[in-house]
Amino acid sequence: MPVALAPYGRLFAAGIRQQTTYRLAMLGGLVANTTFGLLKSVILLAAVRAGGGNLHGYAVGTMATYVWLSQGLLGSLNLTGRTDLADRIKSGAVVTDFLRPISLQWGTVATDVGKAVCALLPRGVPSMLIGYLFVGMTIPHRPLPWVLGAVSLLLGITVSWASVYLVASAAYWLVEIRGLQVFYMMVSGFFAGLLVPISLFPHWLLVLASSTPFPSMLQYPIDVFTGRGGVGLIAAQVGWLALVGTVGHVLTNAGRRRLEVQGG
Amino acid sequence: MADTVTARTAPYRAVLASRIRAQRSYRLSFGVDLAASFLVSFIELAEVWVLFHAVQSLGGFDFRQILLVFGIADFCFSMADMVVGHCDDLDRYVRDGTLDVFYLRPQPLLLQLITSNIELRRLARAAVGLASIVIALSINDIRWSPAHVGLLAMTLIAGIAIFSAMFAWAAGIQFFVISGGELTNSFVYGGRYAATQVASVWTRPVKAAFGFFFPMAFTAFLPALLLLGKPGPSLLPAWLGWCTPLAAIWAWAGGLWLWRIGVRHYQGAGG
Repeated sequence: MPVALAPYGRLFAAGIRQQTTYRLAMLGGLVANTTFGLLKSVILLAAVRAGGGNLHGYAVGTMATYVWLSQGLLGSLNLTGRTDLADRIKSGAVVTDFLRPISLQWGTVATDVGKAVCALLPRGVPSMLIGYLFVGMTIPHRPLPWVLGAVSLLLGITVSWASVYLVASAAYWLVEIRGLQVFYMMVSGFFAGLLVPISLFPHWLLVLASSTPFPSMLQYPIDVFTGRGGVGLIAAQVGWLALVGTVGHVLTNAGRRRLEVQGG
Repeated sequence: MADTVTARTAPYRAVLASRIRAQRSYRLSFGVDLAASFLVSFIELAEVWVLFHAVQSLGGFDFRQILLVFGIADFCFSMADMVVGHCDDLDRYVRDGTLDVFYLRPQPLLLQLITSNIELRRLARAAVGLASIVIALSINDIRWSPAHVGLLAMTLIAGIAIFSAMFAWAAGIQFFVISGGELTNSFVYGGRYAATQVASVWTRPVKAAFGFFFPMAFTAFLPALLLLGKPGPSLLPAWLGWCTPLAAIWAWAGGLWLWRIGVRHYQGAGG
C-alpha cells in the first residue's frame, strides 16, 4: 500500500477492533433485526401473493431476499444521520482532528466504513442465513452477481457514511443539528427503500427518490445482488459517491475557516 | 380525601410542570422537535400508503380501512410514548449510576421514573394518528351504534395502556441487560410496527407473538374489525376486539412483574 494511504488502512482496522468489543449489544441488535425482518417479510410476501405472485417484478423469493438483505445491511449503514463527528464539531474537539496530517473527511469515512464492514459479520451474515434457511429467499447461483453485489455493497456503505459526513459538516454553521438529523433519518430510510422497496413507489415518487443518493445505499446493492440491475446501478453509485465526496471536500474547507472554538 | 390526593400528587405535579416549562422555554428548538416528530409519523403513514397503492388490497383491507388501524395504533403509541417513552433512558441511568438518586426519594420508583419527564413534542405524532382516525372514520362505511362509540373509547384507553406497559417490560429487562436498548426495541418499536399491520396476513408464530404474548393485535386491528363489520382471520376472531381491557391487564401484570424482579436485581452503581 502506498505510504500516503497507510493511515486510512489503519483507521479502517481500528474501526473493526472498536466494533468487536460490544458483543452483547450486537446480539440485541440481531434480535431486533430479526423481529423487524419477520414482520417485514410477512407483510411484503403477502403483498406479492396478493399481486398474483409478481409485484412490480418481485417474486416471493426475490422479495424475501430484499427483506433479509436490507435487514442485514441495516447495521452497516447510517440511516440515522447521527455521528460522533457532529458532537466533536459542536464541542470544538474537531480542532485536534484538523491537526492530524490526514484528510478529516476521508479519515472519518474510512473509520466508519471499517466499523460498518465489520458489522456485516455479526448482523448481515446471520440475517442472510435466517432468510435463506427459514424464509426461502433466493440467492444467485452464478459468481458474477456475488462479485458485483459485493462491489455495490461496499459502494453503498461508503456513500452512506460519506453522506452522513455532510450532515455532520452542517454543524460548522448551525452548531446544533438535531432537527437536521431527524429530517435525514426519515428521508434517508424512506428513499433508501428500508421498509418498502422503492420500485413499488408510484412513478413520481420513484423519480424523486432516484434523484437523491439514498437508493445507492440500500436499494441498489440489493438490486445488483438479485439481478434486477447491473453495472448501470454501480455506475450511478460511483457518480453519487463522487458528488457527495466533492461536496464534503468543499464543506470541510469552508467549515475549517468558519470554525470558532470558544474558551481557551 | 381530596386534600390527601392533592398533597400526595404534589411532588409529581411539580416535576412534570417544570419539565413542561423547560420544553416550552426554548421555542425554536421545541418547534423543530414538533416538526420532526410530525414528519416521523407522516413518513410512516406514507410507507403504508405506498404498499397499499401497489397492491390495492391486502388481507381483506384496502387503504381506507388500514388507515383506521394505522390511526388507532399510531395515536395510542404516540400518547404512551409521550407519557412513559423516556423510560427507555433507564439503561443510561443504570450505567451512569444516576438511578440511585431516585432511591433517595420516599416515592415509588416506577412512578418517579414515569413522572420524571413528559415529551410534549410527541403531541405532533399523536396529531397525525388522530387525524388518520378522524379521516378513516368518515370515509369508511361504519354502522354506528352506542356500542361502537363505547368500543372506540375503550380501545383508545386500553391501547395507550398496552403500549405503556411495553415500555415497563423494556425498563424491567434493562436492569439485567446493560445496553439492551436494541433488544427491547424489538417488542417496543417492533410492536408499534406490528400494531399498524393487517394481522390477517400474519403466520401462526407471528400471531402467537404479536397477537397474544405482546398483545399488539388488540390495540387496533381487532377493534377495527368490529367497527368495520369484518370477520377475523383464524386464531384472531373479531369478537376478541371487545377484550382489549383484558389484554391491557395482561400487559401491565407482566410489566409490573418484570419491573419488580428488575429492581430486586439492581445493586446500585456505588459511589
